[in-house]
Amino acid sequence: MEEIIRGRVWKFGKNVDTDQIIPAEYLVTADEKELCKHAFEKVMPSFSKNVKKGDIIVAEENFGCGSSREHAVRALIGCGISCVIAKSFARIFFRNSINLGLPVIEADVEADTGDILEVNFKKGTIKNITKGKEFKFKPMPDFLMKLLSKGLIEYAKEKLKEKS
Amino acid sequence: MGTIAEEILAKKSGKKKVEPGEIVEAEVDYVMVNDITGLPAFKVFEKLNAEPIREKIVLIPDHYVPNKDIASAEQAKAMRMFARKYGIENYFEVGDNGICHQIMIEKGFVAPGRLIVGADSHTCTYGAFGAFATGIGSTEAAVVFALGKLWFKVPETMKIIVKGELKDYVMGKDIILHIIGDIGVEGALYKAMEFYGDTIEKLSLADRITIANMTVEAGAKAGIIPPDDKVFKYLENRVRGSYEPVYATEDAEYSDVLEYHADEIEPLVAKPYLPSNIAKAKELSDVEIDQAYLGSCTNGRIEDLRVAAKILKGRKVHKNVRLIVVPASKEVYMQALKEGLIEIFLEANAYVSGPTCGACLGGFMGVLASDEVCISSTNRNFIGRMGHKDSKVYLANPAVVAASAVTGRITDPRDLK
Repeated sequence: MEEIIRGRVWKFGKNVDTDQIIPAEYLVTADEKELCKHAFEKVMPSFSKNVKKGDIIVAEENFGCGSSREHAVRALIGCGISCVIAKSFARIFFRNSINLGLPVIEADVEADTGDILEVNFKKGTIKNITKGKEFKFKPMPDFLMKLLSKGLIEYAKEKLKEKS
Repeated sequence: MGTIAEEILAKKSGKKKVEPGEIVEAEVDYVMVNDITGLPAFKVFEKLNAEPIREKIVLIPDHYVPNKDIASAEQAKAMRMFARKYGIENYFEVGDNGICHQIMIEKGFVAPGRLIVGADSHTCTYGAFGAFATGIGSTEAAVVFALGKLWFKVPETMKIIVKGELKDYVMGKDIILHIIGDIGVEGALYKAMEFYGDTIEKLSLADRITIANMTVEAGAKAGIIPPDDKVFKYLENRVRGSYEPVYATEDAEYSDVLEYHADEIEPLVAKPYLPSNIAKAKELSDVEIDQAYLGSCTNGRIEDLRVAAKILKGRKVHKNVRLIVVPASKEVYMQALKEGLIEIFLEANAYVSGPTCGACLGGFMGVLASDEVCISSTNRNFIGRMGHKDSKVYLANPAVVAASAVTGRITDPRDLK
């Protein structure tokens, strides 16, 4: 995982549910690129056409609520999203993101769609380059950081080795 | 020393005591996936190059079965093939199954004190039996297939007390909608909700299941009701293996204690687009409906069908409405047949199908067109949840659904002539 990422913002409000991120009618594949094509289709049809690799999602409270569908995180990864920043996350979305290596940050950040953000994971800072403002966030506990950088699959492989 | 949630997580992680916020690795009793969340899990599992812990795995196709199209047929086939390849006995084929959470209960996987995870957000349903049960993702489900364990952050616990007598036609659904309306869809984020009080004690298991089922709509990690004789009796001749009920200790600490009075709760409706957007059913009598849906893991049990059938007996569904009735399992369907409920539904011009999650998540068997309105006994009314982005879903209890199907507009069953 990179220590510093820089990307363009897509701004969302509160209670963005996983039905909005990826509608259920497309839950017939696990393919990330295919899922990205339908990301936010019902609420922001321009998203999947205009999203670029490295873009950052900024949202308010309870991002990713609703269904446990991991496809929501996979769709965002397929779209090249580098990080999701929200005031708070629904817990299954939060877990899924960490397990699949998509950085999620709990922070209250002032940003609008199109702003450029720079996230420094080591320092725990988010700079809004466009607005010239800086915000802080609490780094994740070590265990989650380890999972995030490694991904749950590698973590599980190590555990399996220990077992045998 | 702890709440029910803490006591179960401590026991399952081999500790005497755990604190909220602590991350523990705990032994899981069962891990369940459905046909949608199964496919990614199977792909991840193959990468792990491991032997599955067969007895802990439960595979239940329910979302898009009977197969709705070729893609979902392939997905259901992937589950069937996974079960065959690894010899997973707990695979429930179409015809001998139903909605996954109902099957987990009926087939005896759910019991007090157990730690159960499922790649479906409504796995919290099993808290109605005093289990700690929570929804997880597909990748972590695959890891549990291999390790039998998973990491958990110990949640804080909210204590919810409900006291007093419920009014006529007020059900478990209204209790949980009332609470979500009060605390909001993030009111229990990361927390466990535990339910106490004489109202909860008097409730049927079906009503308790509805309450636990919808705790995730408040953001909760688990929704737990202390197990009692109703639970133990239901589990006789049904439960797999032995179990040990777990209760909160007297010195347990809660992040919040909320008290509600049953006599303040009316038949409620959650308006689009959040389960917290609550109104009294009788205040929405100007809302015309196109579809009424009775079913799902929230309200598709025999008790729910009985309530609806009592209202529909001798009446007809309004000419502008399609009423769709979906018993949650084969067992529920057969019981409804025996009791003559299916005949009542058919006589009323309802459409009755075998169990599936289909329409609840806008998949098939009842998808809404643009601008259509559905009154539904399900759990989510998000934008486009049951179909077109411009369709609307109003959530309600089975009595309100049945009464509304008769009048063609949202109706408090007590106002039905």
